[in-house]
Amino acid sequence: MFVRGLKRKCFDGEEDIEGTLAGIKAIPSYNLQRQSLLDMSLVKLQLCHMLVEPNLCRSVLIANTVRQIQEEMTQDGTWQMINTQSTGQASLDRLVSTDILCRSSREQAEGKHVPGYSTFNKDFEGDQTQDSSETMSTASSVQAPRNLQSNVWEMENPQENKGNFQKSLDQIFETLENKSPNSVEDLFSEVDNSYYDLDTMLTGMMSNTKMGHCEGLETFSSPSTTTSNSNCKSDLNELDHIVEILVES
Amino acid sequence: TADIISTVEFNHTGELLATGDKGGRVVIFQREPESKNEPYNQGEYNVYSTFQSHEPEFDYLKSLEIEEKINKIKWLPQQNAAHSLLSTNDKTIKLWKITERDKRPEGYNLKDEEGKLKDLSTVTSLQVPVLKPMDLMVEVTPRRIFANGHTYHVNSISVNSDCETYMSADDLRINLWHLAITDRSFNIVDIKPANMEDLTEVITASEFHPHHCNLFVYSSSKGSLRLCDMRASALCDKHSKLYEEPEDPSNRSFFSEIISSVSDVKFSHSGRYMLTRDYLTVKVWDLNMETKPVETYQVHDYLRSKLCSLYENDCIFDKFECAWNGSDSVIMTGAYNNFFRMFDRNTKRDVTLEASRESSKPRAILKPRRVCVGGKRRKDDISVDSLDFTKKILHTAWHPTENIIAIAATNNLYIFQDKVNSEMH
Repeated sequence: MFVRGLKRKCFDGEEDIEGTLAGIKAIPSYNLQRQSLLDMSLVKLQLCHMLVEPNLCRSVLIANTVRQIQEEMTQDGTWQMINTQSTGQASLDRLVSTDILCRSSREQAEGKHVPGYSTFNKDFEGDQTQDSSETMSTASSVQAPRNLQSNVWEMENPQENKGNFQKSLDQIFETLENKSPNSVEDLFSEVDNSYYDLDTMLTGMMSNTKMGHCEGLETFSSPSTTTSNSNCKSDLNELDHIVEILVES
Repeated sequence: TADIISTVEFNHTGELLATGDKGGRVVIFQREPESKNEPYNQGEYNVYSTFQSHEPEFDYLKSLEIEEKINKIKWLPQQNAAHSLLSTNDKTIKLWKITERDKRPEGYNLKDEEGKLKDLSTVTSLQVPVLKPMDLMVEVTPRRIFANGHTYHVNSISVNSDCETYMSADDLRINLWHLAITDRSFNIVDIKPANMEDLTEVITASEFHPHHCNLFVYSSSKGSLRLCDMRASALCDKHSKLYEEPEDPSNRSFFSEIISSVSDVKFSHSGRYMLTRDYLTVKVWDLNMETKPVETYQVHDYLRSKLCSLYENDCIFDKFECAWNGSDSVIMTGAYNNFFRMFDRNTKRDVTLEASRESSKPRAILKPRRVCVGGKRRKDDISVDSLDFTKKILHTAWHPTENIIAIAATNNLYIFQDKVNSEMH
């Protein structure tokens, strides 16, 4: 569809030179750029829960960007490749957590099935109480060629929790429009308490998450990208914790 | 940071200029009448009134704050001695009435000057109270509060040409209100999907047509415009016309959609055209041509190669406004480094000017600025890398008939006047 050479223009000027000089490295470095952009976008989505209601327009635009990258990676076939690499795993795990955390801004259509990729729901059904990211890591290393992403959306029990979470939010949205004093108690009773824990966790997490790793995108061949992975790993641990809270509730 | 100006709006005559800020305050400036005695004091704007429009609120249900920041102010056409305006934050729209008091009654029979009851035994004759002049007092009172109409954040309000109704738009819905009725509104646009996971597009701005009270336009985050006719159906989900420019495949990148998102839409005074602002351009659309804009102007194309950095620091999500001059011949919009740009549609000339204390002394002429992108660099050029992205001019307004512009630069308001009906240089 798109010529790789043209694509490189979407990142800042310097990369063009580095890309042409590093002839053989050209293709993986584009993937690295794209991966960094995906990482950055996921971090941005995670930061969407603040004291003030998140900007919906911004969240939707970022979610659309994530979807575009994923679509391209799927079509490239690099989505499969990345499953076996450590960088890919980290981002996919975070992708799971991001979906759980920022449901309202996520754009993924569950109905979308990429041909050739199968689901493995039943592997996860029994793992209700386990940390879902750990399960994901195990699954991805075992089933390398599969599309991890579409399977994530079909995890049964976390899915229900996500469904309830979203349902609560939607109900809140709907009811707010017909706000009447009598229904306030009803509204409170429908709210999932885990939502409030989530807010506290995220507020604490925000101060830890650094945007600095995105500087790697400017000079993609520099070692700063490896630092980004370790930052991602520590974020990942905190996100594991949050996912635990949601899944257990 | 409560002083950061968040909206600027002239009234229909240009006599008054209202600004709203992040702290929920509204400041109204009034233009001094031009006097022959002081020819240099031609029509300067001075503070007329200041009031607290919105207060911060807390939504206990969502555990979220509702900001008091004033997103938009729109003036109602003046119908009597009083002025009225609508101001809105993310959730609540308020109608304010501004009146002047310059006389007060004196000489009551039962009360003395301070209002205390007189000792009746001292009253020997009756007098008729007389109106005496007093220092001008401007009183602002809230006349209507339009609350609970929006689940999402209100980004636009627009008064209809019928002067009886107005609309308010949030990310997913547009409501029609009657100015006299606060307990209900009509939903005229709803783009909320049944499943929020399917959400890919939001409403970014909307405006009523200046002459046709049944027409309005709204813009989206995907760069499209929809012109709707309220006579066609109660719920205007089906647009009458969809204005969309096909994507340029040679410029395609992961940021294409974000930079195509329309941050502002304004009808021309004539009602024949619409002006839109997206991240890098301003475009003029002819209402009769849906396939592409009739004119496109580059605001800061040198940023095209920096989109990734601008995405990282969130600047790519900045929402710039745009404005027409009174005759629809010149369009204006803000940029970074406290620069703002003007484009003359007839001569096709454009100019970059700066709003800053250093370069703007009273009655000094603004010097055109230039951003150099490599190659020859002139003396006062600024290089792209030294642009200050924290100094952004998001809000600008043009006087309805004269060449007077109001520029909001963070927490400073600049008002520039052009004495000569000059062309761009």
